[in-house]
Amino acid sequence: MPRAVAIIGTGQTRCGKRADVSYPELVREAVQAAFLDAGIGPEEVQAVVTGSMPPPMEGVNGPHLYWADALAAAGRALVRVATCGSTGVSVAHAAFYHVASGLFDVVLAVGAQKMYEGQPQGTMATVADPFFQRPFLAGAPGIFALQCNEYIHRYGLSEERLREAAALISVRNHRDALDNPYAHIKMEISVSDVLSSRVIAYPVRLLDVCPSSDGACAVIFASQDAARRLSPCPVWVKGVGYCGEEHFFADTPKVPWESATNSARHAYRMAGIVDPFRELDLAEIYNPFTFQELLVYECFGFCEPGKGCELVEKKAVERGGALPCTPSGGVLCTNPIGATGLQRVAEVALQIQGKAGDHQIDGVRTGLAHAMGGMDQFNGVMILCKEM
Amino acid sequence: MQHPSSRVIQGKITLPYQWAMGETNTRFFEELRQGRIMGTRCATCGRVMVPARKFCSRCFRDAEEWVQVSDQGTLRSWVLVNFAYEGQPKEPPYIIGVIDLDGSDSGLAHFVGGLEDYDLEQVSQRVRIGMRVAAVWREAREGNIFDIEYFRPLG
Repeated sequence: MPRAVAIIGTGQTRCGKRADVSYPELVREAVQAAFLDAGIGPEEVQAVVTGSMPPPMEGVNGPHLYWADALAAAGRALVRVATCGSTGVSVAHAAFYHVASGLFDVVLAVGAQKMYEGQPQGTMATVADPFFQRPFLAGAPGIFALQCNEYIHRYGLSEERLREAAALISVRNHRDALDNPYAHIKMEISVSDVLSSRVIAYPVRLLDVCPSSDGACAVIFASQDAARRLSPCPVWVKGVGYCGEEHFFADTPKVPWESATNSARHAYRMAGIVDPFRELDLAEIYNPFTFQELLVYECFGFCEPGKGCELVEKKAVERGGALPCTPSGGVLCTNPIGATGLQRVAEVALQIQGKAGDHQIDGVRTGLAHAMGGMDQFNGVMILCKEM
Repeated sequence: MQHPSSRVIQGKITLPYQWAMGETNTRFFEELRQGRIMGTRCATCGRVMVPARKFCSRCFRDAEEWVQVSDQGTLRSWVLVNFAYEGQPKEPPYIIGVIDLDGSDSGLAHFVGGLEDYDLEQVSQRVRIGMRVAAVWREAREGNIFDIEYFRPLG
């Protein structure tokens, strides 16, 4: 049996174009904030888990080597984890494994990205094999737009209705981001702004898609004994689930999305969750594309397949609704990719601790953090709880 | 945003690579040069994989039976790419599709082309999921994925 594991501190940087700091300085900003939040120093930490996107995006081919000082990693165990978009949740999972195994008591998890310094889409187009798929990848918008189109046509719903629901998701996230001090894009938009914005990769328009951001996030994981000793408000990891798919992205349909369904199923089983829509108080869904959030509701069991629009139309997923989703403003407004999944974990922890400030949801006891990545290839989920 | 106290310098990393294909991929592209799209069938689960694979990722057994599949199929999904990125194979706008070739159990990602125009109006009238498409072969073939120029809508 794994040991009980808690989150005892989180730290996020302000996100956007961060030309004011070097890459390690950006990382240190998040690490320092996490130490301040936990009320501990690096001397308590025994291991560091870190991650980011494929290094060509950064132009430094061993980012964890470059970041070592900013991670306070000297004299400690250090690993780098990289699963593209899902990296942040993979980093959180790996830190959890470190502590749950009994080998380490306090572990620092860090994700970061400086997307303004390189060529994000050019890098993402080269994650595929060089023989068959690379020319047809077209970065993240290309691959996820294929899934969006598949989703639009899968259940025979009207395209107009789906576009409208997707637009409402964008409007809601942009409104919520105004209350998140770490968010990148801060502007009010309307449904018609979304529907008339420029086509990036049809059916995905500019306001259906996340920005490129610089930013970092750090989360400190601790064993039960260490958490009780060090923290007045630990947040407990109750379940983790991760699932991958095959390299050839056309081998399987992506709607419904098997790896999303299975990652949630594993995490629910471990956490003892039977009816997620009723039992979860909050879900930080990884939503770089509006349509994907609709699909993920269905894969995560928040509603029946093909009914994602209804949750949006009934305002069930807004703040004040039955299951608020991405009250941070989500990936749609802030996307330093290597950090983005870990931001989902940090945001759920903040909500449970009652420290989410202007975007605090009342009475959050159980929340879900999610990230996905690769060529529609990976999904990871972490369930956090107030009670052990 | 410029920061007076933090300089930004320009740089570039350019590195050459040489990628070994292995025997299965080499044979697939030799067949493609001859105008044939080949898959391999898994003896355990029976599925036909295109492009041909050395093994089935699900059964984890070698896939040794080669089968020719049709160069026509059904469009499973498509995207109109309308943005530019470093290393892009052609000038946007263009269409990428996932095509379920007749006789294959896996989709193939490739261009959808042969349209007079690639503005959204034109594209959304001509291209739809479930439509039939056929490969348009290049005259001078080189043994790579571009030996098929694109898939054109049928009918």
